[in-house]
Amino acid sequence: MSEPRLSVVAEGPKLYGLLAEFDSVGKLLAAAERVREAGFTRFDAHSPIPVHGLDEAMGIRPSRLPLLVLGGGASGLGAGLLLQWWTNAVDYPFMISGKPLFGLPAAIPVTFELTILLSALGVVGGLVVANGWPQFHHPLFASERFRRATTDRFFVSVEAADPRFELETVRGLLESAGASHVEEVED
Amino acid sequence: MATVPAVVDNSLEDPRRRAPLVLGENDFTTVTEKVCAIAERPRPPREWYIAFAISASLAAVLLAMLGHLFLTGIGVWGLNMPVAWGFDITNFVFWVGIGHAGTLISAILFLFRQKWRTAINRFAESMTIFAVICAGLFPAVHVGRPWLAYWLFPLPNQMQMWPNFRSPLLWDVFAVSTYFTVSLLFWYVGMIPDLATLRDRATTRIRSVVYGILSLGWRGSGRHWHRYERAYLLLAALATPLVLSVHSVVSFDFAVSQLPGWHTTIFPPYFVAGAIFGGFAMVLTLLIPIRSYLDLGELVTTRHLENMAKIVLATGMMVGYAYGMEFFIAWYSGNPYESFAFVNRALGPYAWAYWTMIFCNVIAPQLLWWRRARTTPWMLWGVAVLVNVGMWFERFVIIVTSLSRDYLPSSWGYFKPTWVDLLTLAGSFGLFFMLFLLFLRFVPMFAIAEVKSVMPAGGLEIGPHHGHGQYWGEIPHQHDRQFGEEGA
Repeated sequence: MSEPRLSVVAEGPKLYGLLAEFDSVGKLLAAAERVREAGFTRFDAHSPIPVHGLDEAMGIRPSRLPLLVLGGGASGLGAGLLLQWWTNAVDYPFMISGKPLFGLPAAIPVTFELTILLSALGVVGGLVVANGWPQFHHPLFASERFRRATTDRFFVSVEAADPRFELETVRGLLESAGASHVEEVED
Repeated sequence: MATVPAVVDNSLEDPRRRAPLVLGENDFTTVTEKVCAIAERPRPPREWYIAFAISASLAAVLLAMLGHLFLTGIGVWGLNMPVAWGFDITNFVFWVGIGHAGTLISAILFLFRQKWRTAINRFAESMTIFAVICAGLFPAVHVGRPWLAYWLFPLPNQMQMWPNFRSPLLWDVFAVSTYFTVSLLFWYVGMIPDLATLRDRATTRIRSVVYGILSLGWRGSGRHWHRYERAYLLLAALATPLVLSVHSVVSFDFAVSQLPGWHTTIFPPYFVAGAIFGGFAMVLTLLIPIRSYLDLGELVTTRHLENMAKIVLATGMMVGYAYGMEFFIAWYSGNPYESFAFVNRALGPYAWAYWTMIFCNVIAPQLLWWRRARTTPWMLWGVAVLVNVGMWFERFVIIVTSLSRDYLPSSWGYFKPTWVDLLTLAGSFGLFFMLFLLFLRFVPMFAIAEVKSVMPAGGLEIGPHHGHGQYWGEIPHQHDRQFGEEGA
């Protein structure tokens, strides 16, 4: 059992990956495409704005969030109708102005609002879960330059955990893609 | 008022090129700097303190009035039979209406790819949140015993009773609370990238921790952006029918009853148009002084003001049409009670309120046909303030004139507000402005990431289509090749 402890001490800080800085949208797209074409899967691009074409350049598959809207919407619809039918027509039936105990037209507004509410909660919940939020610690946050990723610089990070990762090859690839600066980020 | 130099006027139409949405020598760095600097000052300017002191005092007055109301009872208001809804519901409908511009700008203009919305959406969405907070207050306190307000929700309780879902008043509970929740989600999700910008620029530990927590660990990741844009588009698509439904449901409170003057089918579209009209007027009322004080003419350009003025004019015409159509139907229906209700509005004891409304909502906006009025900030501001007044009176006229004289002359009455009514209204403005000033102080007042993405450096101008059809939120089909070649 003592072996892993020793190896941690011997290795020192572990490499998380390489972080390359770019100064324009065009260079970022080109670099992301080259990294993907080189066969890497554990890499990411970072930009202050959503970049057109980055999905294709990085090979990101379409998000499944729309399914959550369908699920949330269907739950809201069903819950809304059931709630109004059960409370007003079954559990506590009472007659008001001769209106039917349960009538679809009068049930539409609440059903509609619940449909929208649960769909919206589904989308935001899905976004938060799929993006792994909240995530207050990330190795990239240690980089001083990376702070500009939310202001005016574009970055590509390639993780050391990628099976094809070799420090010098990746560095060369990123530099030849037009990176203005490449740095190693520790885990 | 700082005069806006002529170079900043980008409102002239030149069909050969699209007018820039950000003027001046700005790039990503300077836009970030300009917007963040407002929220990053170690101390706000003195004017902020003065404005905050006034609005916080008014908010305290609101609290005192509510305390007085709770301790004494609903009789402290000028309400009595037959007018059992007065300032309370007028204020509620007024504030909910104000709250419509934000989601209209964020959701509907987003779906229509109106890129100019980026400069004003954060501002308008925040206004929406605060207006809906003010709105939600009134129905909650007007029930008389606010500690029983939970009866409005379908909660299992010791009485074994459920609320009556066939009542429009209960529909309102669902509509307004859904609207508030979805608007809040929209506002917050839209703000995450900008909160991360503030986190990354933070110079003190406390700012870095607070904005760090609020931004949830955003790092501009391409994979996150991908889902984020999808989620934003879906939220916009969900909020669009929602924003149209909320004021429709509010109008059902009146339209579903049998009172002459309320019982009309034109109410839902008429209320929605009025809400957008009043909401945009409130955006202009707040935005024009702040733009001038903080010298933001490069981000909120003359073109932005002109576009908003055009929406105010268009929705104002719809509202004017609805006023006319109500009279026509009152005559055409041949119903004597209906006809009386409308003649009574224009010529009865509340004629002063009716004609104030007509002047502010129908006559004053006509000034906006004139280009000079749309592009001169102070003139536009004047019209916007009048529209705010007019829209408050519209709700007052609808509610109070209809209730004060219905079928039987023996049960007519005249509603007069008490000092508590007036101070509660003033106090709700205090609460609204106080929340708004806090927003200006701590949160980026522009959607920085969105403003950047409509700038040339955002890459929108690269690719086969120019100008239209490209907007963030869209999944591009064919430009990616071009991007790759261009960069390589």
